[in-house]
Amino acid sequence: MNEIHPVISVRHAGRSFGQKEVLRDISLEVDKAETFGILGPSGSGKTTLVKLLAGIDEATSGEVQVLGTVMPKLSVLQKIGYMAQSDALYSELTAKENLEFFASLYGLKNGNRNRRIGDVMELVNLQEHLRKRVDQYSGGMKRRLSLAIALLHEPPLLLLDEPTVGIDPLLRQAIWKELKALNRKGTTIVLTTHVMDEAGKCDRLAMIREGRLLAADTPAGMLKAAGAASIEEAFLYYGGGRP
Amino acid sequence: MRIRAIALRILRQFIHDKRTMALMFIAPLLVLSLMSLVLGGGIYTPKLGLEKSAAVLAEPLAGTGAEIYEYTDAAAGEDALRSGRIDALISLGAAAPEVILEGSNPAANQAVILTLQELLRQQAPAGGAGLSLAAAQPQISYLYGAEDMKTIDRYGPVMIGVFVFFFVFLIAGVSLLRERTSGTLERLLSTPLRRAEIVLGYVLGFGLFTVIQALLISWFSVKVLGIMMAGSFVYVLLITLLMALTALTLGTLLSAFAANELQMIQFIPLVIVPQIFLSGLFPLDTLPLWLQRLGLATPIYYGSEALLDIMIRGKGWNAIAADVYILLAFSLLFMTLNVRALRKHRKM
Repeated sequence: MNEIHPVISVRHAGRSFGQKEVLRDISLEVDKAETFGILGPSGSGKTTLVKLLAGIDEATSGEVQVLGTVMPKLSVLQKIGYMAQSDALYSELTAKENLEFFASLYGLKNGNRNRRIGDVMELVNLQEHLRKRVDQYSGGMKRRLSLAIALLHEPPLLLLDEPTVGIDPLLRQAIWKELKALNRKGTTIVLTTHVMDEAGKCDRLAMIREGRLLAADTPAGMLKAAGAASIEEAFLYYGGGRP
Repeated sequence: MRIRAIALRILRQFIHDKRTMALMFIAPLLVLSLMSLVLGGGIYTPKLGLEKSAAVLAEPLAGTGAEIYEYTDAAAGEDALRSGRIDALISLGAAAPEVILEGSNPAANQAVILTLQELLRQQAPAGGAGLSLAAAQPQISYLYGAEDMKTIDRYGPVMIGVFVFFFVFLIAGVSLLRERTSGTLERLLSTPLRRAEIVLGYVLGFGLFTVIQALLISWFSVKVLGIMMAGSFVYVLLITLLMALTALTLGTLLSAFAANELQMIQFIPLVIVPQIFLSGLFPLDTLPLWLQRLGLATPIYYGSEALLDIMIRGKGWNAIAADVYILLAFSLLFMTLNVRALRKHRKM
């Protein structure tokens, strides 16, 4: 992999479903080992953008490059950890069985597999509930298990769609700490959120509304440019609702 | 490796979901048992009408356990037969007994013929003027024109195939559908899993269960219900399995066109019921030609044909080879289409 390339490079990407244009002319770059937040109200196209990055969906115009490869490309998927907005767990299986299943899909073998399952469950603080069936999990526990699955195969790129929804503040803080630790190890993280204070923790931010990229900058840079005191104000400023 | 992972996951889901497992294994047995009872698995007592000329048979016939009605007037006997109060009307002609069967109820037809055969066997060594005449081969005709119909023997083989098809279709279809609605399909497609691996994983995972199901249903039908079995049990297993495979691949394919479980159920009257009607369960000769041709495009038709050939006609590989290949071709076609249908969710 050429290190000069950014991890993610989106050039004039658009995605239409029939007549409906969900994303319009999006261009952005994500550098290695940063946390990049995609901020926007629900229905703004965040999830569609993440799906383009994850290779599940394909841009109808423009180009999406991930790790130096034009997406979608099957071989790149091994290097991405994806956490969808819905929990996407097999509720009739235990947490362990879910983890074993996804670990096999990523090609993790016996010893390494069990070690990784232990590691990620400790990370999301679920190690005591490993043998519990997922239908007995609470909403927050399911969210954490989803995150654990995304981390299983130690991907260099993490795509997290609303990762902290339904997680209490204490655990949310712990997860953010862990995400920052992953950053330090060289993992690139892209996450979506509509919680403004969470956006402030990202290294850089992209604001999206109605399928358009409003701005992309560091949180501080955004506040400065907008002359705003909070991310929320900045969002209103870029969205055209200037005070 | 990944295919195995999917198969293993499906097995585990099954083990946790006892009710679905019961539906797959027990429900077909229950329905088949019920059908076997309804279609004359129990002993049917024939109601025989005797014309004046056959009055001499009253006593020996009553000895076989049949209900006997005697008519002095030929018209009264025919009237009783026509209205279905008796199953057969017997008279003694010049050379042999003449038997007119009511004919609409195969179970009754069979019971009458069995009774007559028993009478024949009992009376053969005995003598007597009227009785020796009765011992001659009876001439059987049908009031309502039915041919030699058998009940559970005739329907049984078709229904084995139909039930296997029905339950596997539904369960496999719903389980892939649930992957889609719960988001796990999207999660699967975010891994380096190939679309074909998903389809093959389903075939393998469900395949193991359908082997058990096919064994259980075939064994139960033949050994417990005593459905006629002239051919090889192994061939019955093979065909049952192939029907399950076809149902599995068709169910998962059609689940792509259903938004929820209820819509999957709505495929039953559209996909399953017409197939049953065109499967050969009912005579197809009287149907319009286009409808007969449509039957040739349905998997259950070939499965039923093969099962009838094996179980009733006792035929071997040569008779069912074409059906086997056609069922395999159906499965391959559905699998290919399924891999294509998954493109809707991921382009590569």
